[in-house]
Amino acid sequence: MSDSGNQVTKDRGQYWQQNLKIIAGCLAVWAFVGLGLSILLADFLNNFSIGGYPLGFWFAQQGSIYTFLVIIFFYAWRMNKLDREYDVDEN
Amino acid sequence: MEGSQQIINLLVVGVTFALYIGIAIWARTSSTSEFYVAGKGINPVANGMATAADWMSAASFISMAGLIAFLGFTGGAYLMGWTGGYVLMALLLAPYLRKFGKFTVPEFIGDRFYSRTARIVAVVCLLAISITYVIGQMRGVGIAFSNILEVPLTVGLVSGMFVVFIYAVFGGMKGITYTQIAQYCVMIFAYTVPAVFISLIVTGVPIPQIGLGSTMTGSETHLLTALDQTLVDLGFTQYTATEGGMSMLNMFLLTISLMIGTAGLPHVIVRFFTVPKIRDARKSAGWALFFIALLYTTAPAVGAMATWNLLDTLIHDRQNIGEPESHLSYDDQPAWMERWAETGLLRFDDKNEDGRIQYYNDANEEFAQMAQDEWGWEGSELTRLDRDIIVLANPEIAGLPTWVIALVAAGGIAAALSTAAGLLLAISSSISHDLLKGVFTPNISEKGEMLAARLSMAGAILFAGYLGLNPPGFAAEVVALAFGLAAASLFPTLMMGIFYKKMNREGAIVGMLAGLVVTLGYIFTYKGFMFFPQLALLPDNADYWLFGINPGSFGVIGAIANVVAAMVVAKLTAPPPAHIQQLVESVRVPRAD
Repeated sequence: MSDSGNQVTKDRGQYWQQNLKIIAGCLAVWAFVGLGLSILLADFLNNFSIGGYPLGFWFAQQGSIYTFLVIIFFYAWRMNKLDREYDVDEN
Repeated sequence: MEGSQQIINLLVVGVTFALYIGIAIWARTSSTSEFYVAGKGINPVANGMATAADWMSAASFISMAGLIAFLGFTGGAYLMGWTGGYVLMALLLAPYLRKFGKFTVPEFIGDRFYSRTARIVAVVCLLAISITYVIGQMRGVGIAFSNILEVPLTVGLVSGMFVVFIYAVFGGMKGITYTQIAQYCVMIFAYTVPAVFISLIVTGVPIPQIGLGSTMTGSETHLLTALDQTLVDLGFTQYTATEGGMSMLNMFLLTISLMIGTAGLPHVIVRFFTVPKIRDARKSAGWALFFIALLYTTAPAVGAMATWNLLDTLIHDRQNIGEPESHLSYDDQPAWMERWAETGLLRFDDKNEDGRIQYYNDANEEFAQMAQDEWGWEGSELTRLDRDIIVLANPEIAGLPTWVIALVAAGGIAAALSTAAGLLLAISSSISHDLLKGVFTPNISEKGEMLAARLSMAGAILFAGYLGLNPPGFAAEVVALAFGLAAASLFPTLMMGIFYKKMNREGAIVGMLAGLVVTLGYIFTYKGFMFFPQLALLPDNADYWLFGINPGSFGVIGAIANVVAAMVVAKLTAPPPAHIQQLVESVRVPRAD
């Protein structure tokens, strides 16, 4: 009984570690696009263009928002999968 | 305004009001769970749409496009700050708070930090954030009524409050949620229809997001290239360039502060308590951002295109700025210009008395001197260009039918009312559920709590209405305050409550207070205590700001102060009891134990 209890605790610990890794990855993309490409590197990126948009400007006023959207839906999909892998999903 | 336009305006707004009241009657509530969190039965897509309406305020609808047009590139700070926060909310807060499964944000803080004091501090933060925010919404209702509908402010505000009263007092979160879905539809339709038309006129492309990056109708030149060039010719900085607007440091900090602040706004967080499951909470945040993004990616196009339209109306020949005939004569002003000049949002002054309007950057001394010496210009003659006009006048500039103008009014009012209702619910449930049920009268029956909830909702509406009629002088400054406080107080504490099991009562309380004091202290130093400018300790400009940081961008520094103070105090005091650590464990896992 206590063995299976320990197993559950261990699995949940691993589940949480996996979640933290996924969050870290998502937030790295979030910061790289939202703060990096759109602000810190925007001046440099403005030398390139996408259609009639200077690239840095596009990231600051369009691209970053699309990226945020993709990150949230990716996280939802990835976590729902992780929930099933560790058998902690809602019934 | 013509009588027929007035009738159409009032008719369109009247129909939307009738719709909201109809929904209210249909969505009456009978239990506290329905009143506070809509019985946790809202479909995640529907909740996303309601969240979008809840979130997009009068400021987003009426003022944001103009703000971006004014700032150019650096206006992106607002776009990214107000959308990027949803990533933080979706990844760091929403699923866990939904798992916790209660009614309010202070309730989580009180339970997680096993402390009534922590809960009361959280209520104070919530009230400070939500009340300052609600003032801005009341102002938005006023603008929509008095500037578009030309109805006296009192009449407009009272009818708006009456409608909110009906659906918020009787319907609670359930009534508010279903009304917000209707309000979102009104709002997005009212925003995108003029945007599509203005994009068609300027670029021939019906999708504004693509139009902004396209060439102009009948020309090989890209819209943004022409806009950059014309602004430079008039002594301004380029629209798309990173200089101008605000400094890089302030843009960076403002973006982060708005992101953290967005994620910490209690009236938005509580929306994720209303969905049935944890996986719904994750997905719902994505849908919320999707519906928000429809407006937020359109806004920069509206801002740039309306600016372009204005320049194009004022300047006949962009190649020869110096020629007198290149500029619009006062006698040839289009009707919309005269009409908006009457409202005072647009003002001209023929300074050099040549009968033509010269609009340029007279704050650029070198350019102003040259323009005076070479061309005889005596200062920019567009002496007032209220940013709100970019959205408000858009349908007229694009020559759209009268019902579209009415729609913009209805959209502005929908944006203001939907946000106000969400804020009022956060305010009233923190009073009835956190203060009365949680602290002062814990033995209150469910029926008694319902009554208290409805009464505090009614009280909050009257209070907000009073503030709308008698706006405090600091109305324009308070939005920055709301975000700064949310960033510095609630967000870090919620996050540490979930991600740092050892965070204890003492750490959380000291952290919240530290974040609050640091942020308020910095803002008050420059804006004056309680925003009385005569009480400011230092002048509010970049020379005096600490490291050049604008008070509006300071929330992230307050958040850091919160985390540092909380960590230090938590190390020095006893760790949280075992059952609290178990609570954290259970919040982290979707399946119920």
